Amino acid sequence: MSKIIDKMEDPRETLDYSYEKQLELLQNVKRGVAEVATSKKRLQLQRAKLLQNSEKLDGQARDAIRADREDLARLALERKSAITSQITGLDQEIAGLEKEQEKLVAAEKRLSTKVEVFRTRKETIKAQYSAAEAQVRISESVSGISEEMADVGLAIERAENKTEDMKARSAALDELIEQGTLTDFTGGPDEIERELAAIGAESSIESELSRIKAEEGK
Amino acid sequence: MIIRIIGDGQYHVDSALVDSLNVIDNKIVEFVQNGDEQEYQANLAALIDTIKQHGQVVDDRELIESDIIVPPADMTLNEAREVFSGTGIFEG
Repeated sequence: MSKIIDKMEDPRETLDYSYEKQLELLQNVKRGVAEVATSKKRLQLQRAKLLQNSEKLDGQARDAIRADREDLARLALERKSAITSQITGLDQEIAGLEKEQEKLVAAEKRLSTKVEVFRTRKETIKAQYSAAEAQVRISESVSGISEEMADVGLAIERAENKTEDMKARSAALDELIEQGTLTDFTGGPDEIERELAAIGAESSIESELSRIKAEEGK
Repeated sequence: MIIRIIGDGQYHVDSALVDSLNVIDNKIVEFVQNGDEQEYQANLAALIDTIKQHGQVVDDRELIESDIIVPPADMTLNEAREVFSGTGIFEG
């Protein structure tokens, strides 16, 4: 930055140029914050859809028990169990994005204040312009605000990378919700983990089945 | 001394605290070299907590350059390999 300043003949031009750049960057930051908020909304919408599906499956299991079709009820509860674990996963992601969003909003606010301070300082320096003194003040102000810009820019970049990943997951989820089926597409768990999860799901399905049976007097 | 925690703003930190921060910093360098992810993350969190607890938030209306820049708490071990090498982020 100091090289740019040295090349400029009039420090007042440097100040104005720098301020314009800051406003542009601030706009980018605002867009980044909005993008994270949109991603969160999207996940919340998917959560609501999954919840609806889960309630529907619960109703189907109940209908199946009434019709003495335990096999169908079991199938519905298996699907419900898969949906429940998807909802838990989404809850964690929504909470993560919520935190990210709060941090970004705070960073944006901090940056806006600093840009405003820079604007005021710029006007003061321009008014009291005396070349040598102004150069020193400009260097200090510009490097201070540049660092802040870089910091907030990086925070936005990190948040965007995280939401990119979620967007891909989110698109896959949308498709599965539309198809009405859900399978574990997240990958990850090995054979043993899958077996253990299946045992856990099985026992929760059994207890839910008994509960529904008892409620329906079967 | 002014320390910036990336994504978290700047803090005024008393020079007396720098020695203890340097101890944690050296540990982080070691854990990053050994690839010990758990210890690396615990110590990075400790470094950030110490700065936040003992430092004073720099007013939003101040425009100053930081003496030291500390990475964010969610920085992965791989990303950290570039930052925490040699003497770390604190000298010595």
